[in-house]
Amino acid sequence: MESTATNWLTVRKEIVGKAISIGVAVAMYGVSFGALGTTTGLTIPQTMALSLLMFTGASQFTLVSTLASGGTALTAVTASWLMGTRNAAYSMRMTPILKIKGPGRLVAVQLTIDETTAMGLAQDETAFEGRASRLAFWATGLSVYLLWNLATFIGAISVSAIGDPKAFGLDAAIAAGLFALVWPQIKSRIEVSVALGGALIALALTPFVSPGVPVLAAALVAVILGWVTGRRLS
Amino acid sequence: MWFAVLAGAAGCYALKYLGSAIPGHVLEKPSVKQVVVLLPIALLSALVAVQTMATSQELVVDARLPALAAATLALRFKSPFIIVVLIAAATAAGLRYFGLAT
Repeated sequence: MESTATNWLTVRKEIVGKAISIGVAVAMYGVSFGALGTTTGLTIPQTMALSLLMFTGASQFTLVSTLASGGTALTAVTASWLMGTRNAAYSMRMTPILKIKGPGRLVAVQLTIDETTAMGLAQDETAFEGRASRLAFWATGLSVYLLWNLATFIGAISVSAIGDPKAFGLDAAIAAGLFALVWPQIKSRIEVSVALGGALIALALTPFVSPGVPVLAAALVAVILGWVTGRRLS
Repeated sequence: MWFAVLAGAAGCYALKYLGSAIPGHVLEKPSVKQVVVLLPIALLSALVAVQTMATSQELVVDARLPALAAATLALRFKSPFIIVVLIAAATAAGLRYFGLAT
C-alpha cells in the first residue's frame, strides 16, 4: 500500500505540472484572442463572455474572425457551432470515465475541449481506479479555464502588447503539446491507422472546404474502422 | 453583437452537452464502443496535422513542420512533456528568428 501511495503522489505531481504548462501555453493565445476581440469591434464584456461561456478556442477565434471579415452574425454563429461539433464526440468519450452525477456534470461538460480530453485520455484509464484520468481532466480544465479567461481579459484591455505568439514558436508548441498527449493513445495497429487516416483526410480536404470541416471529416475514419473492428470483437 | 456572442456560446455548450447525454447502454455495444474510443484519436490527430500544416485553407510547410519533427524525436526518446513542448517552441522560434522559415 505504501508504494501505491508514493506512486500516486508522483503521478499526481506529474499530472498537475502538465496541466499548468498546458494552461500557460494556451494563455498566450488567450491574450491574442482578447486583443482580436476588442480590435474587431466587440466590447470587453462581449469578448469576456465568449471566453467564459463559449470556452472553446477554435470556435471563439472563428466567430470573431468571421465577424471581422464582414460575415453576418448568423454566419459567424454557424461557423462557431461547426468548430464546436468535435466537443460532442469528446464528451461522449469522457462522460463514462469521469463518472459524475448531478450539477458537477454540467461543469465537466463546459470544460470538455481538445486539451482536457487529450490529457484525460493520455493517462491509463484503469490506473488508480481511474483517478489519474479524472485528475488529468479536472486539473487541465481548471488550469486552462482560469488562465484562458485571465489572458483574454489582459488582451482585451491592453490590445496586444505582447507581440506575435508565433515569434515564440507557440503555434508549434500547441501542436506539439497536443501531439505529445495523443502519442500514448496510439499503440495498436488500428489506432495507428485511425491517427494517420484522420490526419491525411484533414490535410487532403483543407484546400477545398471551410476551416473546421477537415478535422470533423476525420471522424469518418474512426466511425468506419471502429464499426468494422468492433463487430469483429463482438 | 450580443446575439452572436450568446447564440454562439449556447450552441457550443449544447454540443458539449449532447455527447454526455447519450445513455450508457447505447455506448456499451462493442461496435459503438470501439467507434467512441477511436473518435478522439482521429479528431486530435487531424487537429495536430492541421495545426502543423494548414493556415486557413492553405497547406503550407513552414517552421511548424520541423518543430513537430523535433518534438516527435523527443517523444521517441521518452522525453518529459514539458521538454517536448519546449523543443518544438525553440525549433520554430529559432528557425523564424534566423529567417530560415516563416
